[in-house]
Amino acid sequence: MSDYIIEAQNLVRRFGSRKSLVTAVDNVSFGIEEGEVVCLVGESGCGKTTTGKMIAGLLKPTEGRVRYAGRDVWGDNGRSKEDRKAYRLGVQIIHQDPYASLNPSHTIFKILSTPLLHHRFVQNRAEAIEQVSELLTRVGLSPVEDFITKYPHQLSGGQRQRVSVARALTVKPKVIVADEAVSMVDVSLRVSLLDILGSLKRDLGVTYLFITHDLAVAKFFAWAGRIAVMYVGSIVELASTPQLVNDPLHPYSKALLSAVPEADPELTRSKERLQLRSHDIPSLFALPHGCRFHPRCPFFMEGLCDVKRPDLVPVGNGRWVACHLVAREILGSDAVA
Amino acid sequence: MSANRITEQGRATRHSAQVVPLSMKDLWVEYEVRRGCVKAVRGVTLDLRPEESLALIGESGCGKTTLGLALVRLLAKAARITEGSITYRRDDQELDILSLNSRELRRFRWRECAMVFQSALNAFNPVLRIRDQIYDTARAHGVTSREETNQRALELLEYVQLDPRRVINAYPHELSGGMRQRVLLAMSLLLSPQVLILDEPTTALDILTQRTIIDLLVRLKADLGFSMLFISHDLATAAELADRVATMYAGGIVELGSVNDIFYRPYHPYTLGLIHAVPTVTGDFEELVSIPGAPPDLIDPPDGCKFHPRCPYATERCRVEEPQLEPVAGDGHLVACFHTDLVRRDAADLLQRLTDSGEARR
Repeated sequence: MSDYIIEAQNLVRRFGSRKSLVTAVDNVSFGIEEGEVVCLVGESGCGKTTTGKMIAGLLKPTEGRVRYAGRDVWGDNGRSKEDRKAYRLGVQIIHQDPYASLNPSHTIFKILSTPLLHHRFVQNRAEAIEQVSELLTRVGLSPVEDFITKYPHQLSGGQRQRVSVARALTVKPKVIVADEAVSMVDVSLRVSLLDILGSLKRDLGVTYLFITHDLAVAKFFAWAGRIAVMYVGSIVELASTPQLVNDPLHPYSKALLSAVPEADPELTRSKERLQLRSHDIPSLFALPHGCRFHPRCPFFMEGLCDVKRPDLVPVGNGRWVACHLVAREILGSDAVA
Repeated sequence: MSANRITEQGRATRHSAQVVPLSMKDLWVEYEVRRGCVKAVRGVTLDLRPEESLALIGESGCGKTTLGLALVRLLAKAARITEGSITYRRDDQELDILSLNSRELRRFRWRECAMVFQSALNAFNPVLRIRDQIYDTARAHGVTSREETNQRALELLEYVQLDPRRVINAYPHELSGGMRQRVLLAMSLLLSPQVLILDEPTTALDILTQRTIIDLLVRLKADLGFSMLFISHDLATAAELADRVATMYAGGIVELGSVNDIFYRPYHPYTLGLIHAVPTVTGDFEELVSIPGAPPDLIDPPDGCKFHPRCPYATERCRVEEPQLEPVAGDGHLVACFHTDLVRRDAADLLQRLTDSGEARR
């Protein structure tokens, strides 16, 4: 569909040589509408960062397509230089670690003015200073004079991450891929950073692919959007945030939500826990047959889940689930066969 | 079942529940750095009660890890304990930790008080098999029988739900993060310590792995009856594991109380702010409020209350005088703040909202 600003179609990414080939992302498809927030959640190694990098154009998909504003980003057919540039400017990424993602030998001014000058958003130094000041104010780093001449090591982690946000904004992107953007920031500063990211959505209409392992952050940031739960390279459930946190359908989503500790003693101690059959996360080198969750799934159905891999299918209300049991219960057994 | 034997042993060696195993009194720790002197821990007085689980919560740089390291005298060379005392008790014996020599310290560490460090991967020697790490540990602390150590190690590994024969011959890199954390826990229990200090035991673990570690800690503590001091920046882990919670800010404890007092009836504006800042996952959307500003520079901390530059209740008095921990309503609930009545008034709104959303969930 073309109303998506950014779209992943059957993305596959493999790493390694022929001898040891790992499929980090296996057939992932989703689309994000303009101004929407989609969260990718999942445990480490599930492929969420790899997916984010493919969306942001930092990794080439082994198979499948990324479409930006309807145009195939990696294919050669009819793709002009202008299209490529529009995509490069239109999709920006904020990395997890603000200590590693800013050049330590450049001042904040240099970090922020380089893309402005390179892409001719400003014509000279005076305009650059003005524009950089505006960006710093927008991300809450004011008075601007205190920051503009500093080096990254002179700033705290929270301030550095704000600089990363400002850098992503320099080229006026339509889509921001935020890869664990607040995970390394202290609790008391996290909310204000999330508020800044939220204000970009409100004021500038930025679309987000928000990648996190923290369900509480996902819920807070994407309450009006959707959450996609990934497990071992694939999306197992995609639903609106309230649906997902209040009534998860996929057994893995259920397990995550029942396992996560809550910052509320009575709630967290009285939560019902879904007991898994196994604690082991499957190795990417030896993936289980059928549904990849079946060795751990408490609702495992022998002869089905260990034989046939469930597709991600729509189950109504705009949600998608990849589970034989859910398909059977909601769509009737015919759909399973 | 060998796992049952561990439980049996735990019951048999359970420490008499009367004495307070670990007390700190007015403890000060400083780091000498080029720019000056970092006051990382400023006058902490704290008792670890028998068989309790005490959580030390706070943000990075608040001094919580330094405090943990000071308790087992593992501070870096640049650090000095400038004032205060640490007392360890077992039955009717008392040990002054700060006056122990290195041989006595070696006897104290691990046998009496074990520490599990933050990063489970870095806590191992990468070129030694788990078997040899465990044996080295045992030998360093006076157990010389290889057979005995082996037997105990196998039992403990099974007890922490690992496949003992596979794990004991593995190298650290062959184990996942959760498995390594479980091996560390098993190793820390090797010599049945009375006190266990855990530095961020579940940080950097995935949700489901974190769950198994939390459940394991709950079971271990119930079976073996040690006292546990755990350091965490994660409020959710504290809410789940702690009997009591101490909030640290800028090197000092600003609030101490039962887990329910801290989460439902906080008296300190910083504690209240932290709770405002962390959403719960299940249930309805909650508004969050961030704490303005950033934690202070501990080389040159502000005068008076260290929180006053960020505090909405700050008055002239807060800027000059530092409040001390004093009892407020509730059993053993201590707060260091001049304006607890104002904080309570505003916190009542929060509690109402939490209850409402709690009821909506049910």
